[in-house]
Amino acid sequence: MTENFNEMYQGGKVREPYRRLEDWTNAMPTELRAMKQAEAEALFRRIGITFAVYGEGGDPDRLIPFDMFPRVFTQDEWRKLERGIKQRARALNAFLLDVYGRAEIVRAGKIPGRLVFQNEAFERAVTGFTPPRGIYSHIVGIDIVRTGPDEFFVLEDNCRTPSGVSYMLENREIMMRMFPQLFRENRIEPVDGYPDALRRTLASVAPAKCDREPNIGILTPGHYNSAYYEHSFLADLMGVELVEGQDLFVEGGFCWMRTTEGPKKLDVIYRRIDDAFLDPLCFRPDSMLGIPGLMDVYRSGGVSICSAPGAGVADDKAVYTFVPEMVRFYLGEEPLLNNVPTWQCAKPDDYKYVLENMAELVVKEVHGSGGYGMLVGPKSTTEQIEAFRKKVEAHPENYIAQPTLALSATPTFVQEGIAPRHVDLRPYCLVGEKIELVPGGLTRVALKEGSLVVNSSQGGGVKDTWVLAE
Amino acid sequence: MILTVNHVTTYEYDAPMRGAVQSLRLFPARFDGQRTIRWDVEVLGGTRGGSFRDGAGDKVEGWSIRGPVSEVTISVVGQVDTTDTAGVLRGHRETVSPLAYMRETTATWQSAEIRDLAHQAVEGASDTLDRAHRLSNAVAEAIAYRPGVTHAHTTAAEALAQGEGVCQDHAHALIACARALGLPARYVSGYLFAREDGEAHEAAHAWAEIWIESIGWIGFDPANQCCPDARFIRLGSGLDAREAAPIKGVAQGEGAERLEVTVALEQVQQ
Repeated sequence: MTENFNEMYQGGKVREPYRRLEDWTNAMPTELRAMKQAEAEALFRRIGITFAVYGEGGDPDRLIPFDMFPRVFTQDEWRKLERGIKQRARALNAFLLDVYGRAEIVRAGKIPGRLVFQNEAFERAVTGFTPPRGIYSHIVGIDIVRTGPDEFFVLEDNCRTPSGVSYMLENREIMMRMFPQLFRENRIEPVDGYPDALRRTLASVAPAKCDREPNIGILTPGHYNSAYYEHSFLADLMGVELVEGQDLFVEGGFCWMRTTEGPKKLDVIYRRIDDAFLDPLCFRPDSMLGIPGLMDVYRSGGVSICSAPGAGVADDKAVYTFVPEMVRFYLGEEPLLNNVPTWQCAKPDDYKYVLENMAELVVKEVHGSGGYGMLVGPKSTTEQIEAFRKKVEAHPENYIAQPTLALSATPTFVQEGIAPRHVDLRPYCLVGEKIELVPGGLTRVALKEGSLVVNSSQGGGVKDTWVLAE
Repeated sequence: MILTVNHVTTYEYDAPMRGAVQSLRLFPARFDGQRTIRWDVEVLGGTRGGSFRDGAGDKVEGWSIRGPVSEVTISVVGQVDTTDTAGVLRGHRETVSPLAYMRETTATWQSAEIRDLAHQAVEGASDTLDRAHRLSNAVAEAIAYRPGVTHAHTTAAEALAQGEGVCQDHAHALIACARALGLPARYVSGYLFAREDGEAHEAAHAWAEIWIESIGWIGFDPANQCCPDARFIRLGSGLDAREAAPIKGVAQGEGAERLEVTVALEQVQQ
């Protein structure tokens, strides 16, 4: 493996965007650091940010670790990223609109029809329906890793309901509260415009039947959900309703919210529940979370649902390999952001290669997410690799593999002081009347030394992400 | 053939419900084999919601009924002019790719027995169309028509193991067999005019459609060992009976539900 790129130090020198941070850490005594860390934790606890970790037993609610050392991008770096992210968000939306319409990309032989139409996430029920402005994914979370000064790769796309944006906002809020002088010394682009931008985006995709300022609601599965805090936090900041399925009903081709002053029409639903649970009449009949009849109202143009049901087909890790092709096919442009080279175990040659090189590769379940169901070859024991091999052999089509990337590292506060830890980045691209991106995103950090898994469900933490103004 | 349809569905609840919502896929398909002369759907005491035509070409309409309600009645009165297209769904506009009909569902799960039946049936078949016909015949032979031995949730595999069933079981079994051979297949709900003497007859029916690349969707009715002709009225389709159901609904409340259905088809003498 090549030397990992350190975002702060290059050849013994501090890279420009981190220059002031070096002075900051040098001037910070250990006791102060410990105090600030405790303060940050208390603040997070007070606002109630927790994160549920599945599959470990015991109390699933735990605080997501916050690292005070910011991750920094220059304006130049960010501009390049921004162009690439927006391009990708446009292509993904064009793809979704296409595969639920005439599927030209399949007809043109650019992507196998099997991969699209036999995909679990493909919703036959919305075929032929065009959502407002033709947009399926209104919030595209694109996970990006860095391997060098100019080398960025997209790890995966999240077109459904990418979570974590509340951490982006809270991390900044807490950093500004604890270290106001840092924000005076550095010119940092603000991220607090996100809730307004999200609200504008949602309002811009109200159904054509809505002839006034649209009523918007966030549909949550309820307070048992691991991201409930984020749902209520966003509803609060946007000044929109936070609703559960039982608060809503359909009548006369519209969706209504029960209020103390009688029913109120809801025009746009930012849903944070999966397709399968939206409407027991259309999807899972046993769903208690959804609204019976909602899909009929949606498909007849009475309400907008964001992201549009069916958007998940673009998140699939096998479909992912075709995103650069989508950029060329729909936009006639060359992709600005690269994919990680990917082997698909469904292909015999790729399968053979993956089995022979498992110890060197990252192997992922096609439909998995959140770092569950994956193998990091170089970080695994022989037993773990053999156990995973059996899973791949049983269902090759369910797995893809990627080279183990030399992920960049940024300085992180650890027990012993400051040490480099691997990071990724999830920016949130908003797609409505305009395509917008607040300068920043969520930086996730693998807190364990040498670990490459940044998922909070696997012991990852978060950092404030800075984009320096010019 | 001009057919008159009178179809009344009543849900009775033993305690008043807080309300009910329905999604109706209860409208004749538009294709060369049938022309709707008139078709009125009404949910008594209900409010009509939005309607649309989905990607599979089916018209769907939502309804809601405010509570308290102890009975929901859906009535259909209509007249359709049908012609025999030898089972071919010609002139039907839809956008869904046939590949979307390869997905397994609980009802169409392919047991080893289903796969065996499928593979044995098509041995020596000349082409895809021939394979489809042989599958349909094999299903008819393997599952004898007998009402009352299966229920709404019986799967294709269960019906095959039992060797008896009704049109829903035949359709599920044929769909499972076709998909096992890599042929897209779907469930179709509709009506069948079963008596030539013009007398009213219980006539809610279901069959399967199989995708034949060179022709398109073709209907197969194992229960009657034929392809749909002018006696059939096609409504909607889906991956299985649950998806294709002409009436889907939920009622909010604790009451137990009792269902009563009467379907009468009559031929209009010209």
